[in-house]
Amino acid sequence: MTAFTRTALVLGLAFLYAPILVLVVFSFNASSLVTVWGGFSTRWYGVLLDDAPLIAAAWVSLRVALMAALVATILGTLAALALERHGRFRGRGPFTALVYAPMVMPEVITGLSLLLLFVGIGLDRGLATIVIAHATFGTGFVAVVVGARLKGLDRSLEEAAADLGAGPARVFRTVTLPLLAPAVAAGFLLAFTLSLDDLVIASFVSGPGATTLPMRLYSQVRLGVNPEINAASTLLIALVSLVVLAASRLLGRPDAAA
Amino acid sequence: MHAPVPPRPEPLVRIDRVSKTFGAHRAVDGVSLDLEAGSFLCLLGPSGCGKSTLLRLLAGFESPEAGRILIDGADVTGLPPHRRPVNMMFQSYALFPHMSVGRNVAYGLQGLGLGRTAIAERVADLLRLVRLEGLSERRPDRLSGGQRQRVALARALAREPRVLLLDEPLGALDRGLREETQGELRALQRRLATTFVVVTHDPAEAMTLADRIAVMDRGRLVQAGSAADLYERPESRFVAGLLGDVNLIEGRLGGGRPDGRATLETGFGALVAGAPEAALGPGEPVVAAIRPERVALLAGPGEGLQGTVTDAVFLGDRIRRQVRMRDGTLIRAASPVSADPGAGPGTEVRLAIPPEAVRVLAP
Amino acid sequence: MTEARPKPAAARGPRLLAALVRLPPLLWLGAFFLVPFAITLKISLSEPATAMPPYLPVLDWQGGLEGWTSFLEALHFGNYEMLASDALYRDAALSSLLLALSATGLLACIGTPLAYAMARAPARLQPLLVALLVVPFWTSFLIRVYAWIAILKPEGLLNAALLRIGLIREPLELLNTQAAVMIGLVYAYLPFMVLPLYAVTSRIDPSLREAASDLGASPTRIFWTVTLPLSLPGLVAGMLLCFIPMVGEFIIPDLLGGSDTLMLGRVLWSEFFSNRDWPLASAVAILLLVILVGPVVLFREAETRRGEAAR
Repeated sequence: MTAFTRTALVLGLAFLYAPILVLVVFSFNASSLVTVWGGFSTRWYGVLLDDAPLIAAAWVSLRVALMAALVATILGTLAALALERHGRFRGRGPFTALVYAPMVMPEVITGLSLLLLFVGIGLDRGLATIVIAHATFGTGFVAVVVGARLKGLDRSLEEAAADLGAGPARVFRTVTLPLLAPAVAAGFLLAFTLSLDDLVIASFVSGPGATTLPMRLYSQVRLGVNPEINAASTLLIALVSLVVLAASRLLGRPDAAA
Repeated sequence: MHAPVPPRPEPLVRIDRVSKTFGAHRAVDGVSLDLEAGSFLCLLGPSGCGKSTLLRLLAGFESPEAGRILIDGADVTGLPPHRRPVNMMFQSYALFPHMSVGRNVAYGLQGLGLGRTAIAERVADLLRLVRLEGLSERRPDRLSGGQRQRVALARALAREPRVLLLDEPLGALDRGLREETQGELRALQRRLATTFVVVTHDPAEAMTLADRIAVMDRGRLVQAGSAADLYERPESRFVAGLLGDVNLIEGRLGGGRPDGRATLETGFGALVAGAPEAALGPGEPVVAAIRPERVALLAGPGEGLQGTVTDAVFLGDRIRRQVRMRDGTLIRAASPVSADPGAGPGTEVRLAIPPEAVRVLAP
Repeated sequence: MTEARPKPAAARGPRLLAALVRLPPLLWLGAFFLVPFAITLKISLSEPATAMPPYLPVLDWQGGLEGWTSFLEALHFGNYEMLASDALYRDAALSSLLLALSATGLLACIGTPLAYAMARAPARLQPLLVALLVVPFWTSFLIRVYAWIAILKPEGLLNAALLRIGLIREPLELLNTQAAVMIGLVYAYLPFMVLPLYAVTSRIDPSLREAASDLGASPTRIFWTVTLPLSLPGLVAGMLLCFIPMVGEFIIPDLLGGSDTLMLGRVLWSEFFSNRDWPLASAVAILLLVILVGPVVLFREAETRRGEAAR
């Protein structure tokens, strides 16, 4: 490695990780001042566990994320199959745009417009509306992950299965789906973390009674820095790191290369 | 004396005026071909000539715009791949990466109503056939290239297809292994008496493997026949040039001779040729195709076609010389090392070419 | 001569299947993406009102052509007139664009050497480096922005460190400034910049650089004449990938910016949540969208071209 390469990497990674590191370190601070080190302590994790509204919000987030990711995975996988496997059909261009547009749409717009829909049709805002909103923007991300895998999948594998007497359903069940499974799982995890992370859309479409973890954290962050949030953040970062590790394992499996 | 002509057997496969286009590209253009049961056919041609598309039409991955495909007398043109009595060995082998070798081979046997033990026995037989006993539990990515090729072969043979289609079956193997495998493939075909159709771009491979070679060029079937037919009696300069080295000499057709042979006027003198194609008349421009090994070199002055040796290359089993004729035409002549005239560059020589070795073709 | 043959029966099955595969995502996205969007457009043309529908005018679906014309005549452009005349919104739009543009430029300057260094790192390190870049990408946006508050605030870590080494005597006012917003934008979007850029840069054949070097080019010249032109598609993709969401960004200006940091996302938010003026918020959303149509189309084209080049 040249000096340039090393310097750029060290500086770049330091920039990316220093703030996170500071946050994690101060979650173990005995002092309640977030910027003055008062010794090691896990007291903020204790406070966290007693914070009933926060725990409740975490549960809401988990439930929303699970359901939204499930819906997004089904819809996104179907969309990827429609685009990659049933290639030519009328309206392919608009369909592609429709699948991918929610990904680049600013969150404030998605949130506002969905809220206007829910109000318009008289749907009570709550858990269900957040699930719908998160599933909508998660679909595109799942479609991208699954679509990339489908694109890389050797078409002759499915042809070989058909050649060996398998009808379309058996080809899908025994060849396409198993080979797609890692990408489908990775897509699910991506949709899950995106849902878990979202503040803006959820703020628009949630109702009283359905406060997600980011919404709860945001309302506290606005009041200032506090070590309890650091502790919550640390746990969340640990969770996400595990999910990323799982996802990269899934996509890096030996079958994935074939 | 003629033996009584036996009744022609009904062909196993009949390809009847089949065409397939992709956009503006005519991949297969009105191809008709019959295939007898138990034969070994090679589809030969440069890449993009339509041979792989023809194979995929037979397998059912593509459906033709026009024409029909019959197998055992039944029209299969509209049948999807999984309902056809043919199986294919893919160029990439297309082994399922998420299944063991055994499960790959068993894949086609499931859904045939066989019991679990019957399938297991059949898989074991097939693996023995391709000499892969004991590798049943391996994953395909743990196999060598040659082993993968044999798994693909066993898998395609599992359903005892009426026709086995092989798309460049040896293309991914390195040279030594390829030659060894050619022999094995040929022996296997004889033993099973299954009809094989192989696609290849390698003329030597086609000649080694097949009873019959069908040469394709730009979507059309240009000539079909045995290797010897195509080599000795090509009907076009394309086929002549495809199978081995050939001298292509331009000239005009002279008047006919009483013995039915033709003369060919060239820039360096008259050549006596075999009977020309019927469509060609005197005075028409033609091309003579002459294999280098049919050109003999005679030393010393005398009657005949005079030239000067410009180059001699030792090729192990033969020596190839290049002779410059008096109009500048270059002709290659190959002689076996055992019967070498020993003429070095600069030597004046005469060429002797038997009339039956001069094949007159349309230019 | 081509013989007309009826389509094989087998071809009808796959077509039906394809339609069935397409239908669920089509219906879902139609209902929860297209329809809401149409509603937003319509409400942006309604008279200012507080919170609750129905917004006037109401389209009379049974009214036929007459219903349409009276609907169209009654459309209210007041919200857009307000956006155009009130300096607040003009400034918000301008400063959104300006902040997003300068942050994108800064990201290109920081991201290029980083992506370049990643691509040049030993092959066995590269998966690890990519993973290190991806983890923050997946980590909560809110948390990553929050982390900077502790660093930038007057009694924060940065000021403490600068005071300690004696570089400053008074704590700097960092939090709630444009500079803090800029730092936040660059920090939060760096992975979006580097990942596509790295994907392209790492695929450049190393023998091209060697050839350039063999022909006498200095490392600098190699960078400008070989590496950069070849990684341009990744750079463009990365820049658009950052620019587009940054224009509508809410969290960063809200948490790191001062009250004077106006960005469209934040204006929309406050029109909606504080002023409860839904029609005006809708108009801001439409304005934001109009601004972003160009970059989004550009991005789609760049991606299509990148996809073709990769084939």
